[in-house]
Amino acid sequence: MNNIYKIDELFKVFLLEIGELSYFAGRFFKETFKRPFEFKEFIRQCFYMGNRSLFLVSVTGFIIGLVFTLQSRPTLQKFGAVSWMPSMVSISIIREIGPIITALICAGRIGSGIGAELGSMRVTEQIDAMEVSGTNPFKYLVVTRILATTFMLPILVFFGDAIAIYGSYLVENTKGNVSFLLYYNQVFDSLEFGDLIPATIKTFFFGFAIGLVGCFKGYTCKKGTAGVGFAANSAVVFTSMLLFIIDFIAVFVTNIFYDL
Amino acid sequence: MNTAIEHQKPIIEINDLQKSFGDNHVLDGFNMCLNEGENLVVMGKSGSGKSVMIKCLIGLEEPDSGLILVMGKNINELKQDELDELRTEIGFLFQGSALYDSMSVLENLEFPLRRHKKKFGTIKDTKPLVMEALESVGLVHTLNLMPEALSGGMKRRIALARTLILRPKIILYDEPTTGLDPITSKEILLLMKSIQNKYNTSSIIITHDVNCAKMISNRMIILVDGINYAEGTFEELSTSNDPKIRDFFN
Repeated sequence: MNNIYKIDELFKVFLLEIGELSYFAGRFFKETFKRPFEFKEFIRQCFYMGNRSLFLVSVTGFIIGLVFTLQSRPTLQKFGAVSWMPSMVSISIIREIGPIITALICAGRIGSGIGAELGSMRVTEQIDAMEVSGTNPFKYLVVTRILATTFMLPILVFFGDAIAIYGSYLVENTKGNVSFLLYYNQVFDSLEFGDLIPATIKTFFFGFAIGLVGCFKGYTCKKGTAGVGFAANSAVVFTSMLLFIIDFIAVFVTNIFYDL
Repeated sequence: MNTAIEHQKPIIEINDLQKSFGDNHVLDGFNMCLNEGENLVVMGKSGSGKSVMIKCLIGLEEPDSGLILVMGKNINELKQDELDELRTEIGFLFQGSALYDSMSVLENLEFPLRRHKKKFGTIKDTKPLVMEALESVGLVHTLNLMPEALSGGMKRRIALARTLILRPKIILYDEPTTGLDPITSKEILLLMKSIQNKYNTSSIIITHDVNCAKMISNRMIILVDGINYAEGTFEELSTSNDPKIRDFFN
């Protein structure tokens, strides 16, 4: 009976959290189109998020390309289908692996950063200080960060995809002596807009989710340093879950369009 | 009490202010009035609702009930734009200074200004205001430093400069000397006094510090159990026989 009560309470907390997050998202859309626009801060956040994540995304993308090719090659070799390697790598990386892995990395790197930064600003009353000076901290801190993650993630994903395919090429070149031009020709031959467009659209949603949850957790952080840690941690956990849900919905919707 | 101040019109009025957090009734019918040019010190035990009261005053906390009039305007009935406009007339010095740690001292001071362009002009025009505010607190040389490079006392002074830059008519101080050594505390108090003389501000000072109250107050309120338990000058209250009041001065 006690356990049922606990589950019931947890479910209520979860629903409350979803409700608050939805309200927060609603406020974001309302504030985004209201003047004055914080363009300078938006650009600063884009630079901060894009530039600082580039190295991590590059390294991860490169290793994924290498490992993915090394793992797949023996199997394809068994069936005499090594020539399909560029097609397989490009489609799987562009459609799925590139966006989701990059988004997960950014959830850890950017989402937790936003959660911790805004959380500590809340705890040290910096957000209150902005409010009492007659400014709108939501617009300055939240809107700019969510927009920055929304627009930077697709760029990071493109970059990560390109590096991953390059990593794959290096393995192919070492093992099979394939030239760079031939490999990239095969990569682009196998890709269609139908692969690229849905994958790109969903990265905007991934970026939005990372920014939204990070800002929500930080902005609504409870008092104390423990609250800051919790905000950063829960931002990553919540975002990661949300990313997989968005990915599932995106694949589901894309398949409906393919069937049509 | 200073009779000249007493006859001036009230700039802030609070009537029957109530605020609870769950079952905890923090403010339970609090009444207060701040006259123009007056320094009003509010003393009370930790958790007695002093900070909550000034946060209600500036719209950071929403009261459960009660009337708050600031310069004749009912805070609870103002739209967001009107509240933002009114907030330029009220400065707030936070207990922990609350400097924006990702911004330099210059940027910290410019931040409130660029949101009120109509009142202060563009950033280029406001540079003299920044310098003047820094001069008022004697820290012009810190212009390009980051908050992490400043001591506790310097942070408090810069926060005061940031509060002053909007040229407020009212300044709310939330424990201005807490966490500072006696010498720096005295410096801050002297600074508060000189600011009041220079800019003719009215102030509410939340404090536990008896020296602060003695040095700066025109009038004092003792907050106990969510109500204004006692009111009077420092001399009147410090010589009171009421044990609840005496506790604050012992």
